[in-house]
Amino acid sequence: MYSDKVLDHFRNPRNVGELEEADGVGTVGNPVCGDVMTIYIKVEEDRISDIRFKTFGCGAAIATTSMTTELAKGKTLDEALKITREQVAEELGGLPPVKMHCSNLAADALHEAINDYRKKK
Amino acid sequence: MKVYMDYGAARPVDPRVLQAMKPYFSEAFGNPSSFHGVGFEALEATKRAREQVAALIGAEASEIVFTSSATEASNLGLMGAARRFRKKGSRIVTSAIEHISVINICKELQREGFEVLNAPVDGEGMLNLEKLEDMVSDQTVLVSVMAANGEIGTIQPIREAAEIAHESGALLHTDATAATGQVPLDVGELGIDLMTISSNDMYGPRGMGALYVRKGLRLKPHMIGGGQEGGMRSGSENVPGIVGMGAAAELTEAEMEGEAGRLTALRDRLIDGVTSEIPESYLNGHRTRRLPNNVNLRFSYIEGESLLLSLDQLGIQVSSGSACTAKTLEPSATLLAIGLRHEEAHGSLVFTMGRRNNEEHVDYVLRELPGVVKRLRAMSPLTPKELT
Repeated sequence: MYSDKVLDHFRNPRNVGELEEADGVGTVGNPVCGDVMTIYIKVEEDRISDIRFKTFGCGAAIATTSMTTELAKGKTLDEALKITREQVAEELGGLPPVKMHCSNLAADALHEAINDYRKKK
Repeated sequence: MKVYMDYGAARPVDPRVLQAMKPYFSEAFGNPSSFHGVGFEALEATKRAREQVAALIGAEASEIVFTSSATEASNLGLMGAARRFRKKGSRIVTSAIEHISVINICKELQREGFEVLNAPVDGEGMLNLEKLEDMVSDQTVLVSVMAANGEIGTIQPIREAAEIAHESGALLHTDATAATGQVPLDVGELGIDLMTISSNDMYGPRGMGALYVRKGLRLKPHMIGGGQEGGMRSGSENVPGIVGMGAAAELTEAEMEGEAGRLTALRDRLIDGVTSEIPESYLNGHRTRRLPNNVNLRFSYIEGESLLLSLDQLGIQVSSGSACTAKTLEPSATLLAIGLRHEEAHGSLVFTMGRRNNEEHVDYVLRELPGVVKRLRAMSPLTPKELT
């Protein structure tokens, strides 16, 4: 039911973990629905210099967060804010329709992390 | 290693059953209604199968109605009885943890004007008999309580439920799909009026089921036609399927006791091994009043579908009560009914074991599962620091 790319990101998630002294943190989702994603970012000269994530959820939830961190790493904050859920799904070779809404929230977590950083600044 | 522990979803057909079925496709292909040798041969075969299924549950052959699935048997039993006895009243009482097929049949009857009440269960999934008694009134046509829950394994007090139903003149239906061939079920001893029986759960072919209908009871049929199956289920008989289900019932009757003992030992080894090895892992359902082949465990801070995917990679095939594996995106209604919170229900795994499983399989699961849980917990933002 999942593309090879989704399975690859599920099995070998990129950038998993936490960042000590993160510059921004964003969390979306709800354990009641079965998905919670947290993204941690480090910012240097307006660019995402490092990024980590933690996810509670299904295979799609873990894969989309992993992909989002891969897409965001090294980008300027404005570029990273342009990453959309649809783009994440596309990069993963598509997601089953039911997973598009409930498990594809990682881009939102990234945006929240950036907003968190900007608020703190 | 390949470890299939999803026998609740599908079982392989027993090779002996397949062997018994084979002649009835192209050689003894007759129609049991025909008045000649080829037809008589087919009729004899279905008669024998009817006796075999009846023997498994302490019934008479004439009380067995063959259907196309356990779901159809429940449709015939519940709708057929409710519609036939509508004059008596319009209330139907079921348990809160019935299989989705029974739930949806009752919803359909609700649309036809019946009132459906769900008797609650306790934290281990045992039916609350006092509440059941309160709900069953003189207006009650039917009480339907599953013999055992296929998801959490809990075995229900059917005899007591039947007594409550009968005191008010209601019929007792039990969906024995998950219990078929797992635990002894004697319809006379338990006071059952209608019982749904599954074929594949006894290693028989799919596309087959049966309804036990107590002698003298007439139902309103939903399949109208040539009057086969005593007029209760028309349609030319699926002779190979019927023969297969009969053979499966006979083998099950002979082998159930030994197999149940063997599976119970495997079940307990898996439950004890996991709950002692993995912190914050819990058994769902009753510890002892439980199907011999069922293990339902939940793990805090992680979600079931990612558990399934990880285990599948290791060759371990199981099920989950998580919303993410359901078409509806709702977690298992059974797990919510036993009082679990949504996030707890998401993290459940269901192992249903069967004939091809052995101790080596259980030990393989016990070796691999802790690492899988640990890895997913390390990824989860909900996991407390001390568990990572």
